[in-house]
Amino acid sequence: MSEITSLTLYELIKNIKEKKISSNEAAKSFVDRAEKSKKINVYVTENFENCLKLSKEFDDKPNFDLKLPGIPIAVKDLFCTNEVRTTAGSNILNNFVPTYESTVTQNIWNEGGILLGKLNCDEFAMGSSNETSFFGNVQNPIAEDLVPGGSSGGSSAALAANLTPVTIGTDTGGSIRQPASFTGTVGLKPTYGSCSRYGIVAFASSLDQAGPMSKDVKDSSILLEVISSFDKKDSTSIDFKRNNYSSELTRNIKGLKIGIPKEYRVDGMPDEIEKLWKKGIEYAKDCGAEIIDISLPHTSYALPTYYIVAPAEASSNLARYDGVKYGLRSSGKNLIDMYEKTRSEGFGEEVKRRVMIGTYVLSSGYYDAYYLKAQKVRQLIKQDFDQAYNKVDAILTPSTPSSAFKIGEKSNDPVSMYLNDIFTVPVNLAGLPGISIPAGVDKNNYPLGLQIIGKPFDEQTVLNIAYSMEEKINYKNNITDWWMK
Amino acid sequence: MDEIMSKNNSEYLIERNDNVYEVVIGLEVHAQVTSNSKLFSSSSTKFGAEPNTQVSLVDAAFPGMLPVINEFCVKQAIKTGIGLKAKINNKSVFDRKNYFYADLPQGYQISQYKYPIVGEGNVILDMPEGQKQVGIERLHLEQDAGKSIHDIDPSNTLVDLNRSGVALMEIVSKPDLRSPDEVNAYIKKLRSIMRYLGTCDGNMQEGSLRADVNVSVRIKGSTDLGTRCEIKNVNSIKFMQMAIIYEANRQVDLIEEGQEIDQETRLFDTKKNETRSMRSKEDAHDYRYFPDPDLLPLEVTDEFIDKLKSEIPELPDDKKKRFIDEFKVSPYDATILVSDIDTAKYFEEVVAKMGKNRNMKLAVNWITGELFAVLNEKNIEIAQSPISAKNLAKLINLIKNGTISGKIAKTIFELMLDGDIDPQIIVEEKGLKQESDPKALEALIDKIINDNREKAIEYKQGKEKLFGFFVGQAMKASGGKANPQLINEILKKKL
Repeated sequence: MSEITSLTLYELIKNIKEKKISSNEAAKSFVDRAEKSKKINVYVTENFENCLKLSKEFDDKPNFDLKLPGIPIAVKDLFCTNEVRTTAGSNILNNFVPTYESTVTQNIWNEGGILLGKLNCDEFAMGSSNETSFFGNVQNPIAEDLVPGGSSGGSSAALAANLTPVTIGTDTGGSIRQPASFTGTVGLKPTYGSCSRYGIVAFASSLDQAGPMSKDVKDSSILLEVISSFDKKDSTSIDFKRNNYSSELTRNIKGLKIGIPKEYRVDGMPDEIEKLWKKGIEYAKDCGAEIIDISLPHTSYALPTYYIVAPAEASSNLARYDGVKYGLRSSGKNLIDMYEKTRSEGFGEEVKRRVMIGTYVLSSGYYDAYYLKAQKVRQLIKQDFDQAYNKVDAILTPSTPSSAFKIGEKSNDPVSMYLNDIFTVPVNLAGLPGISIPAGVDKNNYPLGLQIIGKPFDEQTVLNIAYSMEEKINYKNNITDWWMK
Repeated sequence: MDEIMSKNNSEYLIERNDNVYEVVIGLEVHAQVTSNSKLFSSSSTKFGAEPNTQVSLVDAAFPGMLPVINEFCVKQAIKTGIGLKAKINNKSVFDRKNYFYADLPQGYQISQYKYPIVGEGNVILDMPEGQKQVGIERLHLEQDAGKSIHDIDPSNTLVDLNRSGVALMEIVSKPDLRSPDEVNAYIKKLRSIMRYLGTCDGNMQEGSLRADVNVSVRIKGSTDLGTRCEIKNVNSIKFMQMAIIYEANRQVDLIEEGQEIDQETRLFDTKKNETRSMRSKEDAHDYRYFPDPDLLPLEVTDEFIDKLKSEIPELPDDKKKRFIDEFKVSPYDATILVSDIDTAKYFEEVVAKMGKNRNMKLAVNWITGELFAVLNEKNIEIAQSPISAKNLAKLINLIKNGTISGKIAKTIFELMLDGDIDPQIIVEEKGLKQESDPKALEALIDKIINDNREKAIEYKQGKEKLFGFFVGQAMKASGGKANPQLINEILKKKL
């Protein structure tokens, strides 16, 4: 059975189509493994029974034309799922059961996917280590007491621990790519506007984007093809021609120009990250790509810009959690007292911190100095990329400035935690597609990722470069299943 | 209201000691857009439904729900802008106005703050002393909030979200209004324009039209603006006028006492007929406006605007001009006839049905006289008139062609009220046809003169007043059916 759970999505689909494995067998394998993997705490809400039932139904009436025929899939608990509790990792939504389905998850079910359960994440996706979740830490399958990254930490851990063949996360400032990098897996943030935000609990609306997380690049291309769609229910969804990403996937990237931005050599970056990047450049050359030095001059402003824009939007997006309509309600003497108690008890420290920052930067008298200026800088960051793309087809950078850190190591130091997003955040600010692929290990044997950033709507090139580099890198996670022992 | 209209001077001044103050008023009118569905969701906007039956997941701000702009509401706002002779902005932006309240599910209202869809325009008021132009500052689109109900449950506030997300147009005037009368005329004109356009039904009882009133005072002749107070959410013209009078006098009193006026938001207590402080400028909310990241800037092309321009019906000012030019109606009558679209429609239908030999004066008098009296008495709108335009036109034609007298017409009019009966049928059934046969009338008059010989002699001796007596007798003898013109002629001849 363990063989089933270690298959890639592509292999699992192939086996199911060839009737070597049934959907129900696959579901059972993942459920059994999950039952033995409680220690790593990836699930907030299990949907096991229903998954087993639905897989059986699929087997009774199989449809092998679907792109995900009877494939059990666990998803980040930020996607609203009809009749399945959706918490966003927060106490304030602890009891919330939606009566509707997010467009992205609906796309998955429409193609034959079956929900295994809802995966842990940082509260309202605010965090880089999954430590802000109301439902507790997630263990990185790589090593005990190591964070799996965040905010899609439950997703990356579930993937690395073979508890789901693929998964989806959301990425506002690196929440797909950073956890992928920390767990030796692949994570793709598509262009803003590719995947509908309808039914995804909002963190920062102008930055949030759902994307695939997988064991290899091919699997991400298969899943992206399913989840990327134009959606009238999301006014920021963009109606562009989407590729058949998996069938158009190629390792032929000869002659593609790949930019190396000098500003990503940040002060205090560990040697091993520098080395990894150099190795990555060599791999890209081996694949036939041309390496070009470029400049993204406003890079150093990206992090402060992000930590103004994202909390500002979050402070407003989270105003709806007030105890009036759904979710947690604490009793109070009057309306204001009820608000204060509900939100004090319902939100964790990091969420409160960001709501406070966001409220502050939008306040009259501070708006121009912070929010407005941040929006202007955001335009400059976008322009940096526009100009770079006149010269190159894609950009190669490290995914993170370090490998996974220990649980508790940074949880009392928000700024050092925020620094984790330094390479991923500019991509969100510019709305670009970016992928993280595993590319090596540090001195502790913890995985390290490389990031490939593409032109808007050019996920195909990003995937193709990742696909060909992946072959050269030939990275293999060495996971011992320590949590089952 | 008629009383105010009929005064020949709408100036409003306050005299204290030796000072004469004028009042400066600006209005922020909230007009509910006529639309089947809400501004950002597909829920119904129908008035009077059971609480919380017209609420979508978007309206109740469920997690992950996103607003999608209703194109029809955008069109309605642009049409209104065209009706206000205003600049339509090709690009406008929806912002979030952040504040917490139980009937505001999102925790913010989506509104247009910096970049409204409609810019500057103007409205012409017909005042007794002449026309007055009032500037429009802007018109923007925004969501309405839900309704908090405090008086059903003794210990809880109940919330009805049916109204949550309904589209409103906020129409902001310049501080150009100077009296309660002008406010009355302004609101009525806005309402009239929007009803012509079909963009707002203007129903104040149902809350489709409400206003925040900004009031300040200054010594007449001064060009500086005084410190203003904003009176929130007044929902009838009468209350607006009462609030303005109270507030202006309160401010004048303060100034005369040598005190400063605080810029503040006030509420009008309709029971006590006074305004009272709601919050001072220091306590003003910080709404933390910022562009709603869920919505892209709203862009409309010139072609889109031009298409809407081509769909604009004839508006009250143009209609009035046409009534004067084409129908030779007096400016005074024309103003009344065009003030409400349904009255104008009714009048035009009567005119059309009267045919070639139409008599405008009769049509105007019957509508603004008899018909309006009935509508007032029954407290109904002209759209619900118990007498159709077609039948009123018939009645007028019966007068015009001499079939009935004006007096008989009034009797017939009363009978027509009972089920919109064709006046021709009443004339025939009741035998009310006017007696216009000269021979028959001569015989009748001969008899009257014979019976009243003495009075006939007195008349001949110069007591001309008695002519009326003979007319009266003749009408009486004919049961009111005698053609009065013929009676006059015959009497003059015979006496």
